[in-house]
Amino acid sequence: MTTFKKTGMQTINFDNPPVITSWACLVGPKEGEGPWAKDFDRILADYLFDEDSWEKAENKLLRETVKLALTKQDLQTMEAELLLAGDLLNQTISSNYAARELNIPYLGLYGACSTMAESLLIGAMMIDGGFFNRVVSATCSHHYSAERQFRFPVEQGVQLAASAQWTATAAGAIVLQVKGQGPRVTCATIGRVIDMGVDDTNNMGAAMAPAAVSTIKAHFADKGLNSDYYDLIVTGDLGAVGMNLAKELFVQEGLVPAPNYSDCGVLLYDGLQGVNAGGSGCGCSASMLCGPLLKKMINGELNRLLFVATGALMSPTASFQGETIPGIAHAVAIENA
Amino acid sequence: MYEEKNEALKAAEKQEYKDLVNRVKPKPPLLVNCLWAFGVGGLICLIGQLFLNYLLNIGMNKADAGSATAVIMIFIGALLTGLGVYDKIGEKAGAGSIVPITGFANVIVASAMEFKKEGYIFGVGARIFSIAGPTLLFGFVASVLIGLVALIIK
Repeated sequence: MTTFKKTGMQTINFDNPPVITSWACLVGPKEGEGPWAKDFDRILADYLFDEDSWEKAENKLLRETVKLALTKQDLQTMEAELLLAGDLLNQTISSNYAARELNIPYLGLYGACSTMAESLLIGAMMIDGGFFNRVVSATCSHHYSAERQFRFPVEQGVQLAASAQWTATAAGAIVLQVKGQGPRVTCATIGRVIDMGVDDTNNMGAAMAPAAVSTIKAHFADKGLNSDYYDLIVTGDLGAVGMNLAKELFVQEGLVPAPNYSDCGVLLYDGLQGVNAGGSGCGCSASMLCGPLLKKMINGELNRLLFVATGALMSPTASFQGETIPGIAHAVAIENA
Repeated sequence: MYEEKNEALKAAEKQEYKDLVNRVKPKPPLLVNCLWAFGVGGLICLIGQLFLNYLLNIGMNKADAGSATAVIMIFIGALLTGLGVYDKIGEKAGAGSIVPITGFANVIVASAMEFKKEGYIFGVGARIFSIAGPTLLFGFVASVLIGLVALIIK
């Protein structure tokens, strides 16, 4: 008889928690000037990465990150059984082309900036379900390829709103295995699409904050945990505005995750780097997780981490047609054994 | 009935959230931004005026000098865009560098540079006016309408 692994409304438990055996992250020059430079595997010297377009650079960024994560376990690329990846570009071209080069069986995902959590939780399900032994979950974003798709040409002189965020140039990849050394993915909460009517494309943090709070609330309700269970609850890329909104919403919902609550968008850059409200993009939460956060778990500074990557499901076409911006967030619990 | 109530409740929730967002959202430094826009916009106009005066002094008639000044200013805007300077100015100056004719040159050259990777036909050719297009279209429409009005009044 099958035992169901779902608990409560939205949460799934992993009976045989998959192990995060290795991970890697590559970041762009600006991210390398931030406070976490020593925690990233590699900092690119320039945004083109020896390619001739931003899109090709982004594809290479993802490809190299996946390879590096596998190399750390002395694995050949072909030893990976499944690649779960996604990015921000139309038709998720960065991931598709990276998968073409890597030649690993591939499922493409789109969860906007929530992709790191989405790929991680699906990968964990694949392994706990007994379908695969070794899965790679990965995502990436590139500042300039995202700018030209979602906003303006790079050289155009525009003034950004103080609530606008800076799309990170970064990629993160995680190797999940049935057995091995490392932190484990113990459970995950799949988020609902929440739309509170925000239509300001310069304020994505506000569009995503209600989704983040909804998922975190569901996680604690489903698991019956106190909010101090985790050493750190970290949202993906709400930025300064979204994080403040999330804190207000936590109070309204009767949750008290502070002081062990933070946001990757706020953490990734120094305040002086001219990023307005902070970082965003798939690579923002991916590089924070695959850089400083997992390192802190290995060091024992953190033992229980709730990683809540957030995505604004924004489309320029829908926005021009007067649609509001829906948000989504997925939570993944990572714990030391 | 139940659905209606649900809708009303949802609308109220959204309004409440909107108020919260407006409270939390950082206010733009309006005075500083205005001063920057005034300073940079004024400087661009001053440079244009210097060219105009110079051209008039060397004996060009008023209409020709005006056209030549516009050409020079567009060239400067395009050159600064190509050198990657204009977007830095725009970050600070906002409308101060968008509204003058140099800003118009900036959006066209920026689009051309951006879409060159997709080739000269489907990239540059098709998308060079992706930002400036509305200005051109409605500018042409307005000029035609004004021309018609002038014709009728005459």
